[in-house]
Amino acid sequence: MSKHAAGNGTPSFEPPVEQPKPRRKRVVLADARAPVTVLRTVVELEEQTSYGEQLVRGLIREQLQTALRVAIPISVIFLAIPALLYFLPRLNDVTFAGVHLPWLLLGVMPFPLMFGAAYWFNHKAESHERAFVDMVEH
Amino acid sequence: MELNLFAAAAVLLVAVATFSIGFRASRLASTTQDFLVARRRVRSRRNAAAVSGEYLSAASFLGVAGLVLKDGANALWYPIGFTAGYLALLLFVAAPLRRSGAYTLPDFVEARLSSRVLRWFATVFVVFIGILYLVPQLQSAGLTISSILPMPSWFGAVLVAVLVMINVFGGGMRAITLVQAFQYWLKLCAIAVPTFVMCALFFGGGGFHGPGLAQPQSPRFTADTTVTVRTPVLLTVQEPVHLSADGTLDGAAAEGPVFWGGGTHKVDAGTTLRFTKDSPVPVVAGAPADNATWLKPVTGSQDVWATYSLMFALFLGTMGLPHVLVRFYTNPDGGAARRTTLHVMLLLSLFYLFPMLLGALSRLYVPELLVTGQTDAAVLLLPGKIASGTLGQVLGAVTAAGAFAAFLSTSSGLLVSVSGVLSTDLLPGRVRDFRVATTIASAVPLALAIVLHPSDVSMSVGLSFALAASTFCPVLVLGIWWRRLTWVGALLGMLTGGGLVLTALVLNVVSRYTGSQPPWFVVQPALVTVPIAFAVVVLGSKATKAKVPPDVNRIRLRMHAPDKLGFIRDRDVARFGTAEERARLADGRHRK
Repeated sequence: MSKHAAGNGTPSFEPPVEQPKPRRKRVVLADARAPVTVLRTVVELEEQTSYGEQLVRGLIREQLQTALRVAIPISVIFLAIPALLYFLPRLNDVTFAGVHLPWLLLGVMPFPLMFGAAYWFNHKAESHERAFVDMVEH
Repeated sequence: MELNLFAAAAVLLVAVATFSIGFRASRLASTTQDFLVARRRVRSRRNAAAVSGEYLSAASFLGVAGLVLKDGANALWYPIGFTAGYLALLLFVAAPLRRSGAYTLPDFVEARLSSRVLRWFATVFVVFIGILYLVPQLQSAGLTISSILPMPSWFGAVLVAVLVMINVFGGGMRAITLVQAFQYWLKLCAIAVPTFVMCALFFGGGGFHGPGLAQPQSPRFTADTTVTVRTPVLLTVQEPVHLSADGTLDGAAAEGPVFWGGGTHKVDAGTTLRFTKDSPVPVVAGAPADNATWLKPVTGSQDVWATYSLMFALFLGTMGLPHVLVRFYTNPDGGAARRTTLHVMLLLSLFYLFPMLLGALSRLYVPELLVTGQTDAAVLLLPGKIASGTLGQVLGAVTAAGAFAAFLSTSSGLLVSVSGVLSTDLLPGRVRDFRVATTIASAVPLALAIVLHPSDVSMSVGLSFALAASTFCPVLVLGIWWRRLTWVGALLGMLTGGGLVLTALVLNVVSRYTGSQPPWFVVQPALVTVPIAFAVVVLGSKATKAKVPPDVNRIRLRMHAPDKLGFIRDRDVARFGTAEERARLADGRHRK
């Protein structure tokens, strides 16, 4: 059953009402809308059990990797431009439709490139988070 | 300068619009959360316009075109870096910073590292940076206003300071959100429309009549020109030029015709130079003297290093600017913070097309600015040169209105950021305290702006970004992604990074007096200072392992868990909210 699967690796299965700081007004068992499994995993995350901590670590690592997967190629491209023009000065004189190549490389190309990268990252980061929420809730 | 009625009317219109939008929005603001973070209810599209409105300061509106005019292809790195800064912010900071629930940068630092000492230090630093940025904003507003209205330069500074203070006083963040969003679109129109008209005139008239930018020579004067030098300059003369002068040249009094061969020449303040049409333009030392060099981004190995250093400063500096971050706390949640950033990148890319075009056009039409080096005026003067008569005046008035809006929106962001920090860290943080802080935070920079000489506080754009990149950037990035950061490491890193950049600033001022050209790592130190700051933070944290805060896992969970799980705990609500709001906060906001 999924509700037990979510609890694997925890020392004991305590009903969610027995949180460390019980609040009187919140009688969770009476709340028909709140599925028990959701609460259990959320509580595990919040209580920093080893299972919960591993989940969060995995998510953080995944998001950082996605960010680096965007940051590294973009930095390499930008870092390459001055070096390229320094070692191959002939590139300075190449023109397209009367505009010199460096002006196209610096004035036009970076903006769609950066926006595309940002769009991709935003999409990825959101889908990771959706997957994480799905995993926690089911 | 003579009274330009159109420009006066345009500036007045912007002032009235700013005041009335701020006034209407202020009526909705009543609580501390309204004043600090606009109740965190700003939708991402409007927030993106407001972020862009705040970010496009005079350095972007006037400065980018001026830099392109002076430095050519090399200056294109500025718009790239200004935009790439938001890419870095999106990748590493935006969502976790919002989810931390902090309401100011010092508050984030305390939430993450549980240190009052570091919080206090960050407060001092935010206020220092805020004033350091506000003073030049006010001063250049004064200079710009005095160039279009027959007013002394303090008038513009007072006008901007008072308008901004009224808005922030009345509604804090709530009021300026609308104002800044409005000012983004105003600035975009104020630069796009004149650019389109001027391009139409330029191409309709069959292009430029004279040697174009592709000719590898010095730029040429388009008419007989008289230039008055107000601050001493060192000029590079590439092609020999005949001129007549009245004043002091190369340390000797000069009156009447002068012949300059190739080389550098020193011109003292108060000297008047007269050039005839089509004579080559002498250029301030340090800038490319002929169009062939101007067209190339890299001309020597020094250039390569300087470019890399500038890239470091701009790419990493944006995320360390407290007045930019303050707008990110107003997003409803982490996902919205990311969408805002994405949208900002689109708005900025759209905007920067125009200053780049204007910069290239002004190399043809207003090369006389290269003699004084005050190239920031290019956007304001260009319309009058390309379009004649009333059309030129109207277009000039439109760009002046845009520049005025740029001063207003950036100053208001700075003022909110400083007021928020002052009122919550030095005062109890009620609405009344915020207003007291606003009054102080606008009066002190205004007094400084009037008393100090502009060149005393002028810090290049590159240096101010280097300062942000070497102080707050390492603390934010490592605070969000690295578990073992300690407050001692963060403090040491900020002190080292900030100290090194301020040293470079002092060395720059010294070399201005001695007249020697400083090496690239003094002009733009980020390539050196940022890695050092990161290294010091890491080493300092490793040496003080015991100081890792005990609740680090909880904070990390809060910063990185998806919004839907409801772990966000807004610290402003916890501190300033009503009992009911606090109770709701304790329940979390799990949205299923």
